Amino acid sequence: LLYIVFYGVSRLILRSYLKPPKRYWEVNAGEENGEAENTDVSPNQDNISKEQPDKIRDERRQKKKRSHGSFISGKKDPFPGEAPIPNEQLKKFQRGEKFQVVIAFRLGKVKETILRSEAASDLALKQAARYDLLLPEESGFLEGDDDEDTCTILQEDIADAVDITSGAKYFNLHLTQFGPYRLDYSRTGRHLLLGGKRGHVSCIEWQTKNLTCEINVMETIHDVKWLHSEAMFAVAQKQWLYIYDSKGIELHCIKKFNNVLRMQFLPYHFLLATASATGFLQYLDVSVGKEVSAIGTKLGRLDVMAQNPHNAIVHLGHPNGTVSLWSPNQREPLVKMLCHRGGVRSLTVDRSGTYMVTSGLDRKLKVYDIRAFKALHSYFLPAGASCLSLSQRGLLSAATGDVVQVYRDVWGGGSMSKPYMAHRVRGAVWGVDYCPFEDVLGIGHEAGFTSMIVPGAGEPNFDALDMNPYRSTKQRQEWEVKALLDKVQPELIGLDPGLLSKVDQATFEQKHKERVEALGYDPLATEKFKPRLKKRGRSSAGAVERRKKKVAHEDQKDTIRKTVEERMERENERKVKAQEQAEHGTRTALDRFKK
Amino acid sequence: MKVKVLCRNPDDYVRETTRDIQRVPRNYDRTLHPFEVPREYTRALNATKMERLFAKPFVASLGGHRDGVSCLAKHAKSLSTVLSGACDGEVKVWNLSRRECLRTIPAHEGFVRAICSRFCGTSFFTVGDDKTVKQWRMEAPGYRVREEPLNTILGKAVYTGIDHHQSEGTFATCGQTVDIWDEQRTSPIRSFSWGVDSFSCVRYNPVETELLASCASDRSIVLYDMRESTPLKKVIMKLRSNTLCWNPMEAYNFTCSNEDYNLYTYDMRYLETPVTVHMDHVSAVLDVDYSPTGKEFVSASFDRTIRIFPKDKGHSREVYHTKRMQHVICVRWSADNKYVLSGSDEMNIRVWKANASEKLGVLTSREKAAVQYNQKLKAKFKNHPKVRRIAHHRHLPRDIFKQKRELRDMKEARRRKEQNVHKHSKPGSVPIVTEKEKHVVTVVE
Repeated sequence: LLYIVFYGVSRLILRSYLKPPKRYWEVNAGEENGEAENTDVSPNQDNISKEQPDKIRDERRQKKKRSHGSFISGKKDPFPGEAPIPNEQLKKFQRGEKFQVVIAFRLGKVKETILRSEAASDLALKQAARYDLLLPEESGFLEGDDDEDTCTILQEDIADAVDITSGAKYFNLHLTQFGPYRLDYSRTGRHLLLGGKRGHVSCIEWQTKNLTCEINVMETIHDVKWLHSEAMFAVAQKQWLYIYDSKGIELHCIKKFNNVLRMQFLPYHFLLATASATGFLQYLDVSVGKEVSAIGTKLGRLDVMAQNPHNAIVHLGHPNGTVSLWSPNQREPLVKMLCHRGGVRSLTVDRSGTYMVTSGLDRKLKVYDIRAFKALHSYFLPAGASCLSLSQRGLLSAATGDVVQVYRDVWGGGSMSKPYMAHRVRGAVWGVDYCPFEDVLGIGHEAGFTSMIVPGAGEPNFDALDMNPYRSTKQRQEWEVKALLDKVQPELIGLDPGLLSKVDQATFEQKHKERVEALGYDPLATEKFKPRLKKRGRSSAGAVERRKKKVAHEDQKDTIRKTVEERMERENERKVKAQEQAEHGTRTALDRFKK
Repeated sequence: MKVKVLCRNPDDYVRETTRDIQRVPRNYDRTLHPFEVPREYTRALNATKMERLFAKPFVASLGGHRDGVSCLAKHAKSLSTVLSGACDGEVKVWNLSRRECLRTIPAHEGFVRAICSRFCGTSFFTVGDDKTVKQWRMEAPGYRVREEPLNTILGKAVYTGIDHHQSEGTFATCGQTVDIWDEQRTSPIRSFSWGVDSFSCVRYNPVETELLASCASDRSIVLYDMRESTPLKKVIMKLRSNTLCWNPMEAYNFTCSNEDYNLYTYDMRYLETPVTVHMDHVSAVLDVDYSPTGKEFVSASFDRTIRIFPKDKGHSREVYHTKRMQHVICVRWSADNKYVLSGSDEMNIRVWKANASEKLGVLTSREKAAVQYNQKLKAKFKNHPKVRRIAHHRHLPRDIFKQKRELRDMKEARRRKEQNVHKHSKPGSVPIVTEKEKHVVTVVE
């Protein structure tokens, strides 16, 4: 990005140094004929010789450009061609490896198709990378003065230092009566859902501080979760799972889902995954209201749960220190990893699906690469972390008692001795969650709710076709229809979400099996040599073995002879060809008319 | 302390007035768009389902003939004009956009065998069972003026086919011989025959305009050069070909419709084996016509269906049938590549969409973009079993479905037999004959 900025700047500077274009009445009498011609032609030739011959389309485009401007004035473009794109930016948008087309590809049509599709994807890649420059917002940051740790900066100071709207994002809700609170932000980041342990549920449009609904369900609440939009939310109550609408009206009481402790919503699948005290992991399809699958994990009480936003796999943490990975399609866990020596207290997965962070009763905080299922780092936190959450830009918040600490660069191996930020709240922390597309961390605790400013946490540029915080009701409705049409079926949940686009290569055994079925016999099978029965003791076991040994290498002999012959033939052919070529020289296109 | 916190100005993200369109800021970062493959797959599946849902290919039926439609011809210049000839000797001129008959001409006694339009579109030629070739003006005669042909040529034998030169005033007819005529003369300037008694179809090559091809009743396809006095070469097949059509874009290729239920695409230069064998019909194929892009062709069959084949694929991508359509005699692909016309035994001409699920009329740019996006998705995921099953499913009338199954069983049995013979005979004594080689008897130069 910097490179491009410099490039643009230097371009501007250079332009200011160059003379203005010459007009036709300014031509000197002496230079008129010869020189004018020269200036016209030379840049053209220059450009042609500099051109890269690889892409015809680029060539054409350049030609067009040239014929537009530069020739009439005789001026040269100081930066010919397209502006370069830095490799890092390209890499960000690259999908998979480029296909290497073998020059001696025999199938012309296939080769052409591959080349064309490669060119198209190349163009798309470049355009996407170029578009990065046009993104309007930049992420936030917090830097201390010399000898000042950023973790000592108070929230009040930050709120004073920033503008009023941002400052208003730090606030406390004193709700001592029904606490401790669990919380959830809607996917747009506009709405906040709070659920107090003693039955208090409230939806707040937290930026305008507008209360949309407030109810008391008169039961214990274990967890609250927004469904696909801010019109509905699910509450895991003492016994059943309830779904309310944004006005607080009870829509469903789902008695198939009992004793739910934790919930996760998979937005692209419209699935609500619940983990219960009885050890059941259940999936509810909220678009049709059906239970997709119910898996008895047989792993005890499930109160630690997270989802991998990259592949919609549900991670469960267990009291024996293991973390298990689940999909709705399999009764057994896809993966079981032993992460901690004590029980797992909390876990979270980053949005690219690469890293998992867990904390356990052994007061350790561990970072795993869940593509390779390998531990990357292990940190020791003096008090251990009870709640973990990762922001869109990779900041980790860990709650220990009544203190929330935010760490930066956790998987880069940065030192965890000093947190990036820290904040003390009034009671033990019960839930932390980052607000999407905002620099805000929501903390639910015993004395209510605290919204904390964490500069650099949120993704600055949202994609309105995916999630638009500023969408109108009409846009939301339209998005809902589109999203429902694009609903991914639960069968497609697996460890690798890109598996569908990969070539399904049948193994040799599969192919062979199909061939045998089609032909009705096995073409590769060789008949076993069966020694004939002979009399007078010549068919004793030893004699039979001896006779078998005689022919043991017969079949191999044949194949060896064949391969040797083939090789000799090929060699001869090659020699003859080489000789011919040496005699005739290289063939030209006109040689085909010779007889 | 230096601090910056994300703070967006809503004015940058919300439209200014309610009359504006909504602002849609984009960010193409991959982590903001998870599940791209499963979502694309879902979209592709939906697009395929929609395609089958909207596949309503039948556009209109043009009724008015009093006997089976025997031949169809496109106007050389006008997209909306179509000529048709019937088995009772009537020729009708149709306006497709208004779906009405403009003119009715009692042209011949007995069948009208073939019609062709002159390259300039001012007149057209008909041949019939009454051994005449007639030239007619394209414009209707004035009020109360009788329909009279411009020219009439009386021949000695029945003419079965006619085709006009692309740019000159000559045309070719076929019957007992293939004749080349000058429009100004009443006798042929050249006559070709190669020991056969009758021909069923003659077609000029659209690019090498002096070249001709014809289908003969002795199971051969003969190639001619108009400038020479003798035919060039012919290929003899196992069964008779009914009609042929040149590929308008790759004019060295032609496709012929055969009595053995198949169509064969030949390369004119290598007649020994066809380039492709197109199978799917369950009865004799009667007519074939290429799309103007040369990528696909449509065939009409005695089995009461018409099928659309990609030029290089062995099986059809589309099959059209209705309960009322009987044996389809003739078929044409419209010059705008959008419609297919079929004329059948039960006196109707039917207009079909060439692309069954295409929306007719003007599309907005967003509709166009959506169509293109869906097409790309369908192409990307076409080999996935679910998508493939939906995209390939076609409903067939019960008898055709049964016949198809029967033919498949027969073919399978024959293949098995051949395999067994090959397996149990002396190596090399029974050669393996490919499907392409099976149907050609010989090539005569």
